[in-house]
Amino acid sequence: MSDLDVIDFALLKALSRDANQSAGALGRKLGLSQPATWRRIKRLQDLGIITGRRLELDREKLGFGVTVFLGVKLGTKGRVSLEDFERAVCAIPEVQTVEHVLGLYDYRLRVTARDIADFERVLRRRVMLLPGVGSVDANVLLSEERRPGPLG
Amino acid sequence: MLDDLDRRILRHMQGDAEQSIPDLAATLGMTPTRLSRRLDKLREAGVLLGSRVVIDWHALGYTVEVSLRVTLEKANPRAFDEFIAKAREIPEVLEIQTFLGQVDVRLSVIARDMAHYQQIYRSAILTLPHISDIEALMHVARIKTNESLPI
Repeated sequence: MSDLDVIDFALLKALSRDANQSAGALGRKLGLSQPATWRRIKRLQDLGIITGRRLELDREKLGFGVTVFLGVKLGTKGRVSLEDFERAVCAIPEVQTVEHVLGLYDYRLRVTARDIADFERVLRRRVMLLPGVGSVDANVLLSEERRPGPLG
Repeated sequence: MLDDLDRRILRHMQGDAEQSIPDLAATLGMTPTRLSRRLDKLREAGVLLGSRVVIDWHALGYTVEVSLRVTLEKANPRAFDEFIAKAREIPEVLEIQTFLGQVDVRLSVIARDMAHYQQIYRSAILTLPHISDIEALMHVARIKTNESLPI
C-alpha cells in the first residue's frame, strides 16, 4: 500500500486507539479540514484497511473472569471435515475467536468463562464434544496488551 | 450492577459497533436520550471502555501472521518484565499475552512476506532477553474473530 501517506497512517493510529473521535476533532489534530478527514477515513474503509469497529469492554466487570486459549489438534484427519468442525466450534458462544493455524495445533481458540468451574463446563460439554477433536491443550490468560502495530 | 437493558444494549453494540445512537435507540425501542444516559453510566462504571477500529493488516500488505509461544528462563525474577519491555519495541508485534500454563508469553507478529518474517525473527525476536524456548504457529485463516462476550 505505497499510496498511503503519513497522514493516513496517523489517522489509522489515532482510530485504532479510539474510534469514537469525530472527523472534526481528528482533523484538527492532523491539520485537516473535517470533510478532508472524513474522505480519508472513507477511503481507508473502501480500501478494506479499516474493516469495522470493536467495542472494548471490561470483561471482569461483566462477570467473565477467565480467558483460556486452547490449542486443538484434530484426531481423525482426513475423515472429519474441517467445515463441520469450524461450523460447530463457531456456534459455541463462549468461543470468541477461532484461528486455523499450522504447527503444533490445527486450531487456536479463545474461550471466555465466568470462572474456572464455568470453563470446565465449556470444555467438557462443548469443546471436547466437537466433531473430530483429538487433543486439547490449555493456557490461562493472565494479561494481554494490544500494540498499535507498524503504522510508522 | 447491570440490568437486562444494559445487557441488551451491550449485546447489540458488540454485534454492530458502528450503529449510531439514534439507530440503536430505535432498534431497542427507547429514546436516544435515554440510551445516551445509559451509555454514560456504563462508561462511568468502567464497563464500556471505548472502541477501536479494526485494521486489516493483509490489506496493508502484511501477508504473514505468526503466533510465537515463548517459554522464559524462570530462574530470573526479572525475565517477564525485561522480555515484555523489549518485545514492545518491535513494531511488528501486535499482541503480547502472558499465560499460566506451558507457555509463558505469546507474541503475535506480522510480516510482509516470509523473507521479511525471517528478518524480524532473526534480528529482533531472537535477540529478546531470557528466552528458553520458542514455538511458532503460522496463521492460515481466521474463522471467527468478533471477540464478543456471551453477555
